[in-house]
Amino acid sequence: MSDDGKQDATSVGFNGAQPGAAMRLLPDNLAVKCPKCRELLLGKDWERNLKVCPRCGHHAQLTADERIKLLADEDTFTELAGALTSNDPLKFVTQSQTYRAKLDGLVESTHLNEAVKVGTALLDGLPLVLVIMDFRFLGGSMGAVVGEKITHAMEIATQRHIPLLISTASGGARMQEGVIALMQMAKTSAALARMAEAGVPYLVLLTDPTTGGVTASFAMLGDVTIAEPGALVAFTGPRVIEQSMHVKLPKDVGYAEFLLAHGMIDGIVHRRALKATFARLLHFYAAADAAVQ
Amino acid sequence: MMSFDLDFERPLADLDKRIQALQRKGAKLKGDDRVRLNEYQQELNTRLREIYGKLTPWQCVQVARHPRRPYTSDYIELMCADFFELRGDRRYGDDRAILGGLASLDGQTVMILGNQKGRDTKERMECNFGMSHPEGYRKALRLFGHAERFHLPVVTLVDIPGASPGLEDEQRGIAQAIAENLMVMSALRTPIITVVIGEGGSGGALGISVADRILMLEHSIYTVASPEAAAAIMWRDSAHAPDAAEAMKITAKELKHLGLIEDIIPEPPGGAHQNKAEAAAAVKSVILEHLAELRGLSTEDLLERRYRRYRAIGLNAINGSAIEAMR
Repeated sequence: MSDDGKQDATSVGFNGAQPGAAMRLLPDNLAVKCPKCRELLLGKDWERNLKVCPRCGHHAQLTADERIKLLADEDTFTELAGALTSNDPLKFVTQSQTYRAKLDGLVESTHLNEAVKVGTALLDGLPLVLVIMDFRFLGGSMGAVVGEKITHAMEIATQRHIPLLISTASGGARMQEGVIALMQMAKTSAALARMAEAGVPYLVLLTDPTTGGVTASFAMLGDVTIAEPGALVAFTGPRVIEQSMHVKLPKDVGYAEFLLAHGMIDGIVHRRALKATFARLLHFYAAADAAVQ
Repeated sequence: MMSFDLDFERPLADLDKRIQALQRKGAKLKGDDRVRLNEYQQELNTRLREIYGKLTPWQCVQVARHPRRPYTSDYIELMCADFFELRGDRRYGDDRAILGGLASLDGQTVMILGNQKGRDTKERMECNFGMSHPEGYRKALRLFGHAERFHLPVVTLVDIPGASPGLEDEQRGIAQAIAENLMVMSALRTPIITVVIGEGGSGGALGISVADRILMLEHSIYTVASPEAAAAIMWRDSAHAPDAAEAMKITAKELKHLGLIEDIIPEPPGGAHQNKAEAAAAVKSVILEHLAELRGLSTEDLLERRYRRYRAIGLNAINGSAIEAMR
């Protein structure tokens, strides 16, 4: 379940090419505010620090392109199925807006066709299939296109026997596509069952926020699962639990540290160390593969 | 005996009251009254079929959630000659919101399991109002493994508002529990048939309904999010739930039209709760039909078809030329 998500979500580009309205205080990103602690920062320091606040450690959301730049070796990402778009199967309308118009607006503002980019790349020289979700596109929600692209990526990884890395950021299944969207959870999980059967490593990077049907499908099925510090990762988010169960929750509920404490993930890794971490993991599997052959 | 208590059943309730008043006269019923009684009864039947023949999606939601609607326990009792309940997930506990075990269905041993809402207040509390905890999904997972080991077909009955949204559910990994079931069911080496008997609520329903055949009772619903939750998010007001119910396409008829389910099981006039035995007999005969077809397939064929079933979902929701270009 999802909609546009957090209002304070940032969308400034790594090089300032796509300034986000919420954070830009001066022209050309000279200064930005941390969306969490409101610390005033120089734009170039913010970019250099990979959008991690030097004061409070908050890991701000990244765009798909920024995430690819962070994880893949330079200029090695080749996008697959990039042209797919939704044809609005339910002709979904609310009183204020059509789903169609919303999609068109997002394509214009994000320069994305959908909420995920998939492709092949190298990471520390090793081949992998990359799946990168982008929360700006309708809260990273999964409809038919997202489900198809991810399934396609899993099938490519299975056929070519190369590891798959998914970076999640999603509010869950996309309500505007009804049960078609819900069934993408089953579709991607079925593709994962085949990938696992073929012995293809599946790495998951959980980023802020990942909730609902995406958490309850491929996000929680990794062979190795890493989260960014402070990422909200839940089936039901803490605010919804508080509202529906009429309780006050401890502060950490639903965040990466809570998941680690309850045995749901393998580790929490600072953004700066992510690429090296996944490189280590890929080398383990590459060496194991070489030993078998 | 029938009884009518939903708001759109008001005309039926009025007629029913008049019928009952006349029937109370018993032997003293005079000629004129007897004619009127007959007319009322005919009118009730006509209006009942009229109203139930074209329920709006929101009316369907109300019927699917009817407090007297037959539950998993009713169907098991009415359909199965014998049933042995298997309890607990062997990890944490026994979730009463999922009921399952070995059953004898028309002489065949099957693994049957489904969501259980509970009838009275005490039962409802025990069943967490039908909202499963992680241990419910893990009990189901244990039963799936058991079924695979002994080549038992699996029948799941879906009737859940949604998975339990509590703190302890997050602590024990409700998302992981559902996700694992999706993956395991997609490759389970035995036939799986799902019947949506009431509410198919989001991921909570999906966690026991990855199947070779998905069948829905005529007035049941299957939805990506509860109409109230969808309305709260997209209409900014949960009072718009009827609009959300319509926009999301949640009825059996709409989902069949979208190619997402295989079959619709007709309900007795006025809904399954007006005649549980008739509803159960209909469910049983449709399950047996599909089961016979699935038993005719080799395991490899069965699994390939199941994969293709899910692999195809959503392809016609995608811009066609782009799909062509990709292939």
